[in-house]
Amino acid sequence: MVPTASNHLIHSTNTAQPHINNPGHSGLLPALLKAQKQNGYISKPVAAEIARALQVPLADVYGVIEFYALLYTEPTAARVIRICGDPACSIAGSHAALQTVCANLGVSPNMAAADGGFMVERSPCLGLCDQAPAAMVNDQALGCIPVGVPAAIIAAKCLAKPAVVGGSLRHLTRRCGTGATPALATYVADGGYSALTKAIQQLTPAAVISELKASGLVGRGGAAFPTGIKWESAANAIGAVKYIVCNADESEPGTFKDRILMEDDPHAVLEGMALAGYACGAHRGYLYVRAEYPHAQQRLAAAIAEAYAGGYLGNNLLGSKFCFEIELRSGAGAYICGEETALFESIEGKRGFPRVKPPFPTTAGLFGKPTVVNNVETLCNVPLIISAGAAAYRQHGTEKSPGSKLFCLSGDVARPGLYEVPFGVTLRTILEEMAGGVSGGTLQAALFGGAAGAFATAAHLDVRMTFEDLRKADLPLGSGVVMVFNHTRNLRTVLEGLAHFFAEESCGKCYPCQLGTVRQHEILARVAAGYARAGDTQLLCDVGWTMVDASLCGLGQTAATATLSAIKLWPELFAPNGKAQPTP
Amino acid sequence: MPDTVSLHIDGQPITVPAGTTLLNAASLAGTTVPTICYHQHCTANALCRLCVVEVEGARVLAPACVATVAEGMRVHTRNERVERSRRTILELLHSATDVSEAPEIQQQLDDYHADLERFDDCEHREPEIIDDNPMFIRDYSKCILCWRCVQVCAADAQFTYAINFSGRGFETSISTFFEQSLTESSCVFCGQCVGVCPTGALKPKREWLLEQGQAPAEVLAATRGPGKKQRDRK
Repeated sequence: MVPTASNHLIHSTNTAQPHINNPGHSGLLPALLKAQKQNGYISKPVAAEIARALQVPLADVYGVIEFYALLYTEPTAARVIRICGDPACSIAGSHAALQTVCANLGVSPNMAAADGGFMVERSPCLGLCDQAPAAMVNDQALGCIPVGVPAAIIAAKCLAKPAVVGGSLRHLTRRCGTGATPALATYVADGGYSALTKAIQQLTPAAVISELKASGLVGRGGAAFPTGIKWESAANAIGAVKYIVCNADESEPGTFKDRILMEDDPHAVLEGMALAGYACGAHRGYLYVRAEYPHAQQRLAAAIAEAYAGGYLGNNLLGSKFCFEIELRSGAGAYICGEETALFESIEGKRGFPRVKPPFPTTAGLFGKPTVVNNVETLCNVPLIISAGAAAYRQHGTEKSPGSKLFCLSGDVARPGLYEVPFGVTLRTILEEMAGGVSGGTLQAALFGGAAGAFATAAHLDVRMTFEDLRKADLPLGSGVVMVFNHTRNLRTVLEGLAHFFAEESCGKCYPCQLGTVRQHEILARVAAGYARAGDTQLLCDVGWTMVDASLCGLGQTAATATLSAIKLWPELFAPNGKAQPTP
Repeated sequence: MPDTVSLHIDGQPITVPAGTTLLNAASLAGTTVPTICYHQHCTANALCRLCVVEVEGARVLAPACVATVAEGMRVHTRNERVERSRRTILELLHSATDVSEAPEIQQQLDDYHADLERFDDCEHREPEIIDDNPMFIRDYSKCILCWRCVQVCAADAQFTYAINFSGRGFETSISTFFEQSLTESSCVFCGQCVGVCPTGALKPKREWLLEQGQAPAEVLAATRGPGKKQRDRK
């Protein structure tokens, strides 16, 4: 019998209005994810059933299935093993692990075994870079997988451990790294929800915004936009319906800070969202978490249920007139959905294509309504600011970069992990004093900001980690990635891996990125194989600068920054050696 | 909001109605900005980026088809930076897709001195021709993903929603639901998609058969349904 979708796949994901059975187009991704989970793939009849139930055109449903890497139109397998192929994991041997696991199971990568038992895939960054090489078996996260022992990987015997959380300040991370997730009572006993209580009982929305502006908080997702100004423009936007969106689609290779915040302190994220809702006049929030973070999703779902039960979400919060709902949404395997407008499209049930800006989200965002979209770390700062006040918050960090910052240390470091420091400490302090220094050799390079970032070298060790100092040094702070490569690492291979990532993750909307990411990868693949040609540097520069200058969104605009920074630092990496590439 | 906006386009002062796109403002200033995906009767999506221009003070180039004028703006429609992007976009497009039947793109390749050999041994998109109905063929090796066909099939014109996309990134292609034939889809064979296709990827079946060397009588026989009734003429 053909599985049907109408009853068990479509359900209202709308916690605010449970009587609405048909969430329409916006219910598409949840329904497809559910079908995928239940059946291992989405067959044509099931897709047609979902299309009919939600009143979405058939071709559009197919377009959405095809867009997301974790939705399949062919049967997968009972156990799907995804091994990370991005730099922190690949230098730790993940490519070899992929091969040994495939050999052990007698399957080819990305092909389900004939009996439907296993499927092995190379995955983009799983956000477990502190435990490289990392993998996932179905919903289980594996860390430090033994490259030579495929049986242990297949049987999921090497589960990921709680992350190392350190640093000289423990504000954002005060409840992180203990291996336990604080329940509501624990969170409240530790001062949790006191900022929300204070705001609702003592402060006007405008006062919350002015406190935030005074704090100098800027977005931690990479763009560093002043949060208070964003909230203010959403608050002032015309319209009765407004939304708060938490961007938890953390997919930047090398970044795992938001995962740890969500897993270890989920209520802080919810409190930050509720404060945003109160300040901006929004009554509904969406928390969009990437599909590769099932643990974070589970803990957030539990926290949301607790918060509703405890009166911190729902109607008339803490006895006030303020009502605020949060709906948890899962991605389905697409880095581009971390781009704010692509994320809106995804929640709306469409392919994750970024939109042309303007209009900006605070004017016309999710469902065309004024929307505040903030990163997880940004929102976790908000309760701290409202509790202690902007002046206390500004006691840490620098004038232009107040507060603390989370850095994700991975690659060749003695103690990879999450480090919280006040803005202004140097790379040397974080790398050598906190993370135990470079492992396996001396510092060759550190990738700042992730795949979309740029390389630093030993010459940058004494650069202070602030927005202003890094800008002067031509380095991005990005999402706080510091991925370290010792002197033995082949940077050509690293660059090829980064280019592979972008070629896989480009959405294909605009030409420079759709075509440029693939050509960049082809050129870097031959450079890495030792067959660089005369003119390749110029080619990489032309393709790279065209992507930077002419791409539609931030993905394309940063898809070449690592390559361009490497060309500047180490032009010799791209020099032709006269060897002709054998024709395949 | 004032009704008009004054700006400089390539050094020339001009005053235009507020809300004018840079593409139209340039046209009013007597300058043609090249475009590929743009179509006057379709929603502009700023996909091809060939129309990018430099706006002084902006971090990146601006797509002229959707970016609108602002007071005091200084726009450069064709400087070295703009030319590099346009030339590279054209070279990239030529490297991936068969644009031999797109005369406008051929002209642009020429205008921007594109080096057609630059990406000579790279991956080319070469899907097979889809010949699944008597009205038109789909040769997606010529598709440049301008989205016009998807748009006119949907909310830009016909509201039929027979086609959307499959894949993503470089692997994107235009597709029906699970690649079913157009005759099984909601397609009503209005032909609007064929009309807006700029590259010959969508082509009337008869034109295509004639190009294959078939004689007109054979073409008629092949494209006229067997059960077709002769209309009585009096």
